[in-house]
Amino acid sequence: MSKRITIDPITRIEGHLRVDVEVDGGKVTKAWSSGQMWRGVELILLGRDPRDAWAITQRICGVCTTVHAITSVRAVENALNLDIPVNAQFIRNMIISAHAIHDHIVHFYHLSALDWVDVVSALKADPIKTAQLAESLSDWPLNNRHVMTQTLEKLKTFVGSGQLGPFTNGYWGHPAMKLSPEVNLLAVAHYLQALDAQRHANKIVTLLGSKSPHIQNVAVGGVSNPIATDSQSVLTVERLLKLKMHMDALSDFIHKVYLVDIAAIGAFYADWTKYGAGVTNYLSCPDFPMDSKGTKFLVPGGYIPNADLAKYKPITAFGDAYLRDGVEEGVKHAWYKYSKPGPLHPYKGETTPEYTDFQDDGKYSWLKAPTFYGERAQVGPLSSVLAGVAAGHQPTINYATKVLDTASSLLGSKIPLAALHSTIGRHAARAVRCAVMQDVLQQNWQALIDNIGKGDVASFNKPTFPKGEIMGYGFHEAPRGLLSHWTVIKDGKIANYQCVVPSTWNAGPRDDTDKIGPYEASLMDNPIADAEQPLEVLRTIHSFDPCLACAVHVVEDNKEVVQVKAL
Amino acid sequence: MRVVILGVGNILLTDEGVGVHAVNELIARYDLPDEVEVIDGGTSGMDCLDQVSDADHLLIADAMRAKKEPGTITRLAGDQIPAFFKTKISPHQVGISDMLAALNFHGLMPRNIVLFGIEPLSFATAMELSPSIAARIPEVVDCLVAELKAIGIDARRKAA
Repeated sequence: MSKRITIDPITRIEGHLRVDVEVDGGKVTKAWSSGQMWRGVELILLGRDPRDAWAITQRICGVCTTVHAITSVRAVENALNLDIPVNAQFIRNMIISAHAIHDHIVHFYHLSALDWVDVVSALKADPIKTAQLAESLSDWPLNNRHVMTQTLEKLKTFVGSGQLGPFTNGYWGHPAMKLSPEVNLLAVAHYLQALDAQRHANKIVTLLGSKSPHIQNVAVGGVSNPIATDSQSVLTVERLLKLKMHMDALSDFIHKVYLVDIAAIGAFYADWTKYGAGVTNYLSCPDFPMDSKGTKFLVPGGYIPNADLAKYKPITAFGDAYLRDGVEEGVKHAWYKYSKPGPLHPYKGETTPEYTDFQDDGKYSWLKAPTFYGERAQVGPLSSVLAGVAAGHQPTINYATKVLDTASSLLGSKIPLAALHSTIGRHAARAVRCAVMQDVLQQNWQALIDNIGKGDVASFNKPTFPKGEIMGYGFHEAPRGLLSHWTVIKDGKIANYQCVVPSTWNAGPRDDTDKIGPYEASLMDNPIADAEQPLEVLRTIHSFDPCLACAVHVVEDNKEVVQVKAL
Repeated sequence: MRVVILGVGNILLTDEGVGVHAVNELIARYDLPDEVEVIDGGTSGMDCLDQVSDADHLLIADAMRAKKEPGTITRLAGDQIPAFFKTKISPHQVGISDMLAALNFHGLMPRNIVLFGIEPLSFATAMELSPSIAARIPEVVDCLVAELKAIGIDARRKAA
């Protein structure tokens, strides 16, 4: 007999993602991913000054504030064909790479590690053995027996107090939990240390962006950080040195903890390289422009069809026509109506709601279904990493090789690059991307110092808006993948604005040809050991770092999250 | 002493952002001493962790759906707060609740926490509060000021 499992909501912060799966014979046979909240920010922007759009769009999402701010100014700058002082590019690059590092660390350790780590099992660990294991993997100074003993004591006190806090309602003892008590304890220790590590990333964003969580320093035309080597109130040498201190602390954590942990988890859960591939068309964009026009990037991006790296086609510059002309969004299965049939390009995008009930074969989501030249595409760190490998980007290749080699030696058999097309592979790719971001952060810091040293302190070019209609789009390889903002500006006011966000690519519903999206495809054939505790569904969905760009924060009465009914 | 006042909510969704509007109004109307930090937390969770960490007092203003009359202000304190934020959703969502839980596990929980929840009327897509909710903002500000006073902090009314 088959069963239908509904998980709603699947995340809290990002508002409302609902996933329905049908399970038959112990595995998923059908899946629906549904955004449960209408994102109408596009309508708020109509008629406003394009220079204000970034401050408003960074409120779309509670997790991805910075990325919308950056993408928004890039869209308006593209419409104006505006050059950006390189100092502004470097400062923006540092903010977004630090933000990405923060996001990746928090996502892995605080949002998704507990899908794989059994905290209660860690109580049975031998801290000495845990330290021996940890020290055999990495020379991280906080892997010693004192730290592991303290962690165990802390955990005992915490669990003993009855306040499980972040660990409430975990699937402890679930048959899909496979780690030894020692590995679980090690993961708990690193969970705590990650809390310290993420602060360094947050400090960098705050130091450069003036404020966190909502940065204040970007502007259409550059950044509002005046640069001076001798003034207290602006970006000074002292502040730049402080940034370096935080960057170095992050570097240690990423290299000695995160990359190692992900290899270990991958080795222990090697069976999860078989599940979760889903849609294997991968779309990413290049990022971290090092010139004022946005034609030279530190990290490549582009399109890979059908997991075939040989067919990689790069996206090369801001305003790139290949990306610009390939994107459409369909609403056949989304709660919107268009004024004409078929999908629409974002410049022509419409945001007219048409709510029905949840209809399995009809409309069932507030997310539209984006396509790239008619095909569904997966976005995210995995897409970026595969593009890096395809393009011969050496840092990406080096870190990916390191993770795969470490995991292979722990497993005792070779794990190929193709293993990345999977649930656990998305986690590994995120760690690889995080290490690349760390390099990018350091490179931009150095580039900024060098450029200031040459006497160039420009950080802003004033925009002027022409009469008549212009349009432009901005892209950013955000922590969750390709983010694009599209705007039409008429007489200096916004006439249309559409955000095509990473989670729309990944979590969107069936498209105009009824093809399922990446979340839905990734769930097919996932094993389900216990329908009442669908941990496996959460593993696969969480591997995307789910985020619906419509954060609702209001606190509601509790309701049952998992519903199971026999079909 | 270190005091953090955190306004949370999404200002793009009418009354969802009431907590943010309240703290903005507080700093518009009052001068606060240096030991008080006011944060527009938006819908972030972990991003505020650093500032909230180890504070002596944490005051939170937030929208709170408790099936009461719209505009109703509810004060919660101490043990009521973790229970209030407790979610059944999954073990690991990093909202305010999880930020607090993580701080707790780390031994860096703010020593005193008070939350003012305001019952919303509308979550429509707009940047302004509903008029009836906006009318309650001065009262929320008064609550925050009174709470500060109770812990010995004098918020000074700015000259009009």
